[in-house]
Amino acid sequence: MKILVGISKSPDTTSKIAFTDGNSKFDENGVQYIVNPYDEWYALVRALELKETIGGTVTIITVGAAADEAVIRKALAIGADEAVRVDADPKDAYYTAAQIADYAKSNGFDLILTGKETIQYNGSQVGGMIAEALDMPFVSLATKLDVDGTTLKLEKEYLGGIQSVEVTLPAVVSCAKGMAEQRIPNMRGIMAARTKPLTVIPAVQVEDLTSFTGYTTPPAKSSVKLIDPNNMDELVALLHNEAKVI
Amino acid sequence: MSVLVYINSAHGIGKNAFETVTYGKKLGDVTVVTNGNVDDASLAKLGEYGASKVLVDKTLVDADDQQLTRLIANAADQVGANTIVFSHDHVAKNVAPRLSVRLKAGLVSGAIALPDADGTIKVNVFSGKAFGSVKVNSAKKIISLLPNSIQPENIGGSATVEAFAGNAGDAKVKVLSTKQPEGEIPLPEAELVVSAGRGLKGPENWGIVEDLAKALGAATACSRPVSDIGWRPHHEHVGQTGIAIRPNLYIAAGISGAIQHLAGVNGSKVIVVINTDPEAPFFKAADYGVVGDAFEVLPKLTEAIKKFKASN
Ligand SMILES: Cc1cc2nc3c(=O)[nH]c(=O)nc-3n(C[C@H](O)[C@H](O)[C@H](O)COP(=O)(O)OP(=O)(O)OC[C@H]3O[C@@H](n4cnc5c(N)ncnc54)[C@H](O)[C@@H]3O)c2cc1C
Repeated sequence: MKILVGISKSPDTTSKIAFTDGNSKFDENGVQYIVNPYDEWYALVRALELKETIGGTVTIITVGAAADEAVIRKALAIGADEAVRVDADPKDAYYTAAQIADYAKSNGFDLILTGKETIQYNGSQVGGMIAEALDMPFVSLATKLDVDGTTLKLEKEYLGGIQSVEVTLPAVVSCAKGMAEQRIPNMRGIMAARTKPLTVIPAVQVEDLTSFTGYTTPPAKSSVKLIDPNNMDELVALLHNEAKVI
Repeated sequence: MSVLVYINSAHGIGKNAFETVTYGKKLGDVTVVTNGNVDDASLAKLGEYGASKVLVDKTLVDADDQQLTRLIANAADQVGANTIVFSHDHVAKNVAPRLSVRLKAGLVSGAIALPDADGTIKVNVFSGKAFGSVKVNSAKKIISLLPNSIQPENIGGSATVEAFAGNAGDAKVKVLSTKQPEGEIPLPEAELVVSAGRGLKGPENWGIVEDLAKALGAATACSRPVSDIGWRPHHEHVGQTGIAIRPNLYIAAGISGAIQHLAGVNGSKVIVVINTDPEAPFFKAADYGVVGDAFEVLPKLTEAIKKFKASN
């Protein structure tokens, strides 16, 4: 089975979130990048497990600059066979999805996996957009994925519950918690990643459907009001009269 | 301006639907499109929140992403809508991106407010650590609205309900079964949430969390380690790598308040923190704090809530 996994870089979860250039750009100063956890922990690891049980190849693809190759090598160290970098700034989800769909179209994959969202834009957009561009079915927020011949059997999050679904390959799936367990790359993987193929391809022309014009951070909280643990009536009264939430 | 609102009515018409229609009404004349087994009386209720017309394809049950995309695209075409609004739920995450590509319509996902004067729309980014303003450059746009971002307004209008042939084609994704927890409030749309972490020491102790949630009419949530070790189901995991929520009230017991946890909950209107450690970082993000043992404080709070409910 030929599997393509979409990989995004994300700022490390402990990064200070700040903006520059008149609050129009994310301040990358001192920020460490990691593989977006949903892409890594769930999409990539499940792809590798499928390869290990039924055979095939795992290709990762990212849209980004040369500086992002450190993040790509990390994904290769975990076990992907080869990587593709579309040499462009991933302007928005539509732009990114169009690049990945274009590559997938000419290289024929059975299964395309993405994380459910990135932890910086939280858009949940790229997977569904790839699917539409390729006219493939899309299963979002899958928490379990098994392959039976040419049929995918999945469980997915659905309105506070779980839905079991079935779909014939090829298909696009976005991956959420439950699908696989995080893998830590070992020394051998890290060494091997250095020599695995990383192909750089140019971007295709795509219009900008959306753009971010600015950012703000939430106002700081005023200091906490402490309540005596033996006086929960007071807390309830405050929640009712002052906060007006109950 | 004609605005199309998609409502998922598979499990009845609820607060999310009223919020989305209220939002759409502030942008223009609202037509709702929906599908499945739903009674006309519930659909007509959408009129009270500002819908003038409801298009329903009752033949389309357990629709997949491609069918819903066609249904909504055809409805948008019929009413000449350039703006389509979703509630940012599991169905929107499945369908809105497809529709964006199909209609070449810029997608604003996770919107938390109406468009600003310059037309940009505020969204949650960095898992709730910041807000971004999104400008849509295309003529058509799709807005996926985070639950609890706007107050539903009953303006007492009425809507006509019409059968609509969605021409949705065949399903490729076959639904085998759907398991919905009975009587539980879905966490993403809950207004009140009681959450607990590793401080609760074991899954057998969750009774005191559930008792408080029940007394309040709240949903339950948890920190990541608690769901990782299987004390609680994955769908309760909130935070940067779980779900981001914005309830009116978030009560956190035995949670330290790590940055990744705060990311998913700091959009909450009011935060109450219960922790034995006065130095727990969560107190810095809290409105009200109780330095104390959750095993004593939670039952006391439950009693106080019950007393309050009985006299109000
Ligand atoms: C990449 C990454 C992503 C992450 N994503 C998330 C995420 O999405 N969500 C998330 O929650 N975490 C996430 N984490 C983990 C996060 O860093 C913390 O480790 C986690 O939130 C801690 O959970 P906790 O507060 O339940 O446990 P602890 O940190 O162990 O805190 C337990 C707290 O309970 C208090 N306590 C103990 N006994 C009692 C008692 N009897 N009564 C009252 N209080 C008591 C203690 O004082 C302490 O403050 C992530 C981490 C990483 C590295």
